[in-house]
Amino acid sequence: MELNLLLNAVIAGLLLGGFYAAVTAGISISFGMLDIVNIGHPAFILLGSYIAYVVNVNLGVDPIVVSIIVLPAFYFLGAFIYQIYYVSFEKRGQESLRGLAFFFGVLFVTEVCLLLIFGVDYRSVNATYIGPSLSFAHMEFPLRLLVPCFVSLIMFAALQIFLARTFIGRAVMAVSQDPTALRLMAVDPTRIKRIAFGISIATASMAGAFLIIIQPVIPSVGRDYIGRIFAICVLGGLGSLPGTLIAALLLGVIESITSVFYGPSWAPAVSFGILLLTLAVKPSGLLGR
Amino acid sequence: MSAPLLQVRQLGKRFGGFVALDGVDIDVAPGERIGLIGPNGSGKSTLVNCICGTLRNETGSVTFSGEKMDGLIAHERTRRGLARSFQLPRPFMSMTVADNIRVPLLYTVAFRVGHHVSKAEADDRCMELLKLVALDAKAARNPRDLTQVEMRKLELARAMAAEPKLLIADESMAGLSHSEVEDIVALLIRLNESGITIIMIEHIMRAVMSFSQRLVVLVSGKKIADGKPDDVIKEREVIGAYLGQ
Amino acid sequence: MRTPVFILLQIAVATALYFILRAADNDYLFFLGYTVLEFIVLATAWNILGGYCGYVNFGSAGFFAIGAYTSVFFYTVGQSLEDLFPENLVGPLQSVFPLPVPVLVVIGGIVAGLVGLGTGYLTLRLRGVFFAIATLALSVVLQTFVLNWSFVGGSRGAYIIPPDKVPIFGPYIQYLFVLMLALVILSLTCARLIERSRLGYGFATIRDDELAAEACGVPTLRLKLIATTLSGALMGMAGAPLPFYIGYVEPGSAFDLSYAVNSIAMPMIGGTTSWAGPMIGAVLLGTLQQIATVTISSAVNLLIVGLLLIGFVIVAPSGIIGLWQGWMRRRKEA
Repeated sequence: MELNLLLNAVIAGLLLGGFYAAVTAGISISFGMLDIVNIGHPAFILLGSYIAYVVNVNLGVDPIVVSIIVLPAFYFLGAFIYQIYYVSFEKRGQESLRGLAFFFGVLFVTEVCLLLIFGVDYRSVNATYIGPSLSFAHMEFPLRLLVPCFVSLIMFAALQIFLARTFIGRAVMAVSQDPTALRLMAVDPTRIKRIAFGISIATASMAGAFLIIIQPVIPSVGRDYIGRIFAICVLGGLGSLPGTLIAALLLGVIESITSVFYGPSWAPAVSFGILLLTLAVKPSGLLGR
Repeated sequence: MSAPLLQVRQLGKRFGGFVALDGVDIDVAPGERIGLIGPNGSGKSTLVNCICGTLRNETGSVTFSGEKMDGLIAHERTRRGLARSFQLPRPFMSMTVADNIRVPLLYTVAFRVGHHVSKAEADDRCMELLKLVALDAKAARNPRDLTQVEMRKLELARAMAAEPKLLIADESMAGLSHSEVEDIVALLIRLNESGITIIMIEHIMRAVMSFSQRLVVLVSGKKIADGKPDDVIKEREVIGAYLGQ
Repeated sequence: MRTPVFILLQIAVATALYFILRAADNDYLFFLGYTVLEFIVLATAWNILGGYCGYVNFGSAGFFAIGAYTSVFFYTVGQSLEDLFPENLVGPLQSVFPLPVPVLVVIGGIVAGLVGLGTGYLTLRLRGVFFAIATLALSVVLQTFVLNWSFVGGSRGAYIIPPDKVPIFGPYIQYLFVLMLALVILSLTCARLIERSRLGYGFATIRDDELAAEACGVPTLRLKLIATTLSGALMGMAGAPLPFYIGYVEPGSAFDLSYAVNSIAMPMIGGTTSWAGPMIGAVLLGTLQQIATVTISSAVNLLIVGLLLIGFVIVAPSGIIGLWQGWMRRRKEA
């Protein structure tokens, strides 16, 4: 029976990992490609979760559908925040200390605002796929994990295609490596970065919907994800979306196994421990530039 | 013939798939004035970075004053007498011009002399160096208030403040006027006469020719010429590298 | 002003403050004052690494909690001597335990300092950004570790029962208050000494341009490690008296993120380039928070801190001291 437990832990871990990939995709873009340390990313994910919650509870709309509808709003929010960041910090060359402090402040303020509005009760959504599982052989596939994982992989693939095949996408990948070359092609690096950051925050909208499907949320849940996000980003290698996916699956599995056999309270330590280990041993990650 | 001050042997450096330096050999005798030229992207700055320890070379070795530099970090090489100025000036923006000069005095010279450099000594040395590059009037100003030219002079002065045995001046004259270039060349020659070995990396041929006793040419990470300036510039390969074949 | 004079001046101010509060005859003021003093130490400690060297530490809560839990550890040891040690050792140990708080402060400082050194050694060779993330990671790992360590209470928490009254000072809180005053004097003196020494120049070059600093002969890694160790140690010292101050320690509150936000917000609002900045930020923000907590709610007070941090970082990056210096400069030119 131990083997069965292990098998289901691995499956849950893989499904969770797919979700983690969606959560990290935004940071892969903002940190991996644009070199912006948006430590406040989890706050936007939480924002997405709560918006999905409000619409779902009041209008009965499926959370994932809600997140897609509000995608443009998140995009513009991201573009707006990047503009502030650029004018206040990037232009002045102060992004290391003050940029970090700025995003930390954003994380904190968002969390506290959500706390003030929604309080400390756990909130969850209703959807037909929360509860039932698919059973196959000896394996359990909880739908509440399967559906978000599936959609997140689609989102992930869409991002990858965008970055590799479209002009703007390739410009995004180029902007951190060679902004001068972009200028020579009459493309404004700042505009590209703004678009990219907007996209990164837009992903948070969907990630938020996935989150509240997978687990009930309170505002402080975001903090658990800071570690996971950066652990995955660093482990996968900055700027590499495929690397992010692999690292996300890996982390999901390790966390799941640890949780099942040693208890869920060790879970946060797993991601941060992996992060510290990666930084100490191979900071460029598995597939890093 | 005395032992070379700097010996670079088979220096190799890659960035991913790109070979920046491909087995470079250079000897520099004490007191020499060397000019290092080459087209953009030929690896000159990478060479400087590897010699000074800012970058780690993958193959080959650097020996300075008879001591192997492998594994030594940049500040350890500076303390042994190897100083460099940066191609794009990098002054410390949160301190005054004078304090910029003070840093190498406090962290390099003081460690060599073996005792704490007193405040009065440091102040005197700072002003001396600033006078040398005609920046003494702006000693209390912030580097932000300096012109491009003045920033380059500050960059040189800061490298000199480390009291090096070998100074590598990386394109210190880009964008300067004719007379300004002459000033810097004269300054470097004066420094050389006081005992400092100098490697000048430049694109301004006039300056390189008037300064160098020996000319080294780097193209695509390889040394293609090394000898008397008048001879080197006549070499077919050198002309080809600059004019394209 | 020479350093010994500065120290005497601080002692004079501290003594005056103590007697004024004592005359007010309201123990609540001592509790409030302790919190503000604690913030001064945390902010000053953070600034040594953050403001002077430019390396952001998100894990202040972790170092602070190390101090707190070192105290809890030794207190618990002192309470369970018979269970832990063979009979013949219990007697002599009983004369040593419970360890006086100043001793715990020193031990807490040493442990936190060593952890700072270790973290620095692992991560300071990388970019500053990775160091920042690593400090956050450290804080969470430590919290998880403590959560699962039942000897110091684990998730249930630990109860500390300090003596009711102490000779000379009277109420125990006054004793802790004076202890914190001593720590404030220590940290402010340290910060000011660094500023005026060669170390201060070195730190500034690291903040401005590490590559150029190395080229000038500055041993950047060694200096960063000094900063990390010192900063961590001071934070640990600030945390060591905490269990005796509140009587009950559990991981959620000891590792609370608000410590991290405050230790960043206070120096950035007060001004990061001077020893006085963190102190100004701590006094202003500390008192503001206490007022907000009491009159509105503790969540709103955190909101205010966060908004002020964002506001200052965008609009007045040099903090209050920077604003004041700018104002003075404009007056001189007028």
